[in-house]
Amino acid sequence: MKGSTFSSSDVVKIAKLANIPVSNDQADELARGFTKTMTVVDELTRVDVAGVEATNQVTGLENVLREDEIDTSRMFTAEQALAGAKRTHNGFFIVDQILEEKV
Amino acid sequence: MKFNTLTLSQAVEKLKAKAISHAELYHDIYEAIAEKNGELNIYLSIDDDALKKAQKLLDTPLAGIPIAVKDNFLTSGLPVTAATKLLEGYVPHYESTVTKKLKEAGGVVLGKTNMDAWAHGASTETSDFGTTKNPRNTKYSPGGSSGGSAASVAANLCVAAIGTETAGSIRQPASWCGVVGLKPTYGRVSRYGVIAMASSTDSPGPIGKTVEDCAMIFNHIAGKDPFDGTTVPKPVPDYTNNLKKGVKGMKMGICYMDHPKITGTDVAHAIEKAGKVFEELGAHVDIVPMSRVLQPGKVFIPDYAIGVYTVVQRSEVSSNLARYDGIRYGNDRSIFSHEAQNRIMLGTFTLTKGYADRYYVHAQQVRTLYRKNYSNLFTTYDLLLSTPSPGYALPIGASSGDPLFGELQDILVEPSSLAGITGISIPCWIDAKTNLTLGLNIMADQWQEEKVLQAAYAFEQATDWNPWVKS
Repeated sequence: MKGSTFSSSDVVKIAKLANIPVSNDQADELARGFTKTMTVVDELTRVDVAGVEATNQVTGLENVLREDEIDTSRMFTAEQALAGAKRTHNGFFIVDQILEEKV
Repeated sequence: MKFNTLTLSQAVEKLKAKAISHAELYHDIYEAIAEKNGELNIYLSIDDDALKKAQKLLDTPLAGIPIAVKDNFLTSGLPVTAATKLLEGYVPHYESTVTKKLKEAGGVVLGKTNMDAWAHGASTETSDFGTTKNPRNTKYSPGGSSGGSAASVAANLCVAAIGTETAGSIRQPASWCGVVGLKPTYGRVSRYGVIAMASSTDSPGPIGKTVEDCAMIFNHIAGKDPFDGTTVPKPVPDYTNNLKKGVKGMKMGICYMDHPKITGTDVAHAIEKAGKVFEELGAHVDIVPMSRVLQPGKVFIPDYAIGVYTVVQRSEVSSNLARYDGIRYGNDRSIFSHEAQNRIMLGTFTLTKGYADRYYVHAQQVRTLYRKNYSNLFTTYDLLLSTPSPGYALPIGASSGDPLFGELQDILVEPSSLAGITGISIPCWIDAKTNLTLGLNIMADQWQEEKVLQAAYAFEQATDWNPWVKS
């Protein structure tokens, strides 16, 4: 990536990080959109923020904690937890294999 | 008279006085839905048992009135999609705090309303289930992302509604549909059980026919929630208490009149007239000049908020939408719409090692400047006046092809959203030719919703822009 200009190969790299499937045609279009968007974002470099603290939250709350206790009223039963799953087996989710044995 | 046109305060009063029955109220609402929902595309799902639930609730504060809820709130037993195909078929097993509190107060969730998919947008056009149309003129968009909720109120397909706002998503559709929308202070209303979009700015709030209706709903949804660590343990007043106290002696500052998007437009004219109304009511009204650098007594140019909001929102979206990993909600990530994919990827980029300081941290520093600007202005002013939208509703289709459509539409509210302050949009103009409306955005410092509601109520009573107030 040069400046804020994205190429389609930049998009393909980002897509892999984000786990979003992207076709070559889409990558070209996305690159144009990203370039347009980040050009607007780059306007921020005109703003002098030397010594300015970053705002991560606005409420002013600090260290919001609770007792480390199990709240059974909010616990799902196994049945509830699995209710939205398309594939289940003996009370477990079935998911696609992601690890392969090294040969 | 059809009972679906009743305001919340009227409906509660009439139900309690037994002047009308739940069956009569719900009959007229279901009839209006059957007649109009096909064209307007407001509801994604409807609870057919709502009447039965309502009939048991007469002795509660909200007496069983039907409420339309944006489809990003989890409601136990009703489907929730956030207007996305990815979540189609998902029925949650727990309840958002907002809907739980509403139900406890005697509200009934009548149905779930259309929105921009994942709340990404300002028109409902990114919905995977088609756009909602503006009930005031169906060639136009209702705005968004809470467009379905605002339209449901405007079309009298509910008594009141709930939306969420990240930057403009309550106030802008309220403005475009000619209804009232309150964006609470960030941290005043729980986000628990709301499908997360941008967690540092998401603020659920009421959309109603009148200011009083919004205050009545807000009374029940505001407050600390143990399930949302960002809610603040401040006492919740009765927000209807101060409504009639007027604006005498209040100091108000009008913002952005010298912004190129506003100068010389109907919006400028409408805001100027609103300022005059407040002056006649006894408030002291100034025009606050805009500045390109942060200066005391001037309002910091809103244009940089587009970049700040874009970075903050995309970054938080990429993190929040990582949970849709293809395992827990069934569908894999290829089913994300183009808009969501776009935002997730851009957010992934702005948080990437090497770029996070340049984009994310820098944006959060500029965000601090907006906060400082408001802190300074609120030492002088009780309220700031502006508009949620630089103009009237745009025609259906206007959002297509612009990756920054929402951001550009919301330019005048983004600074306030990033600072987490509160604001309300109330109708302040109607264009006779198109029947479209403009909204007045009344803003106050954090936790000052009472002041906002008080001024909005005074304006509503003194003018004829709100058809439900005079009826």
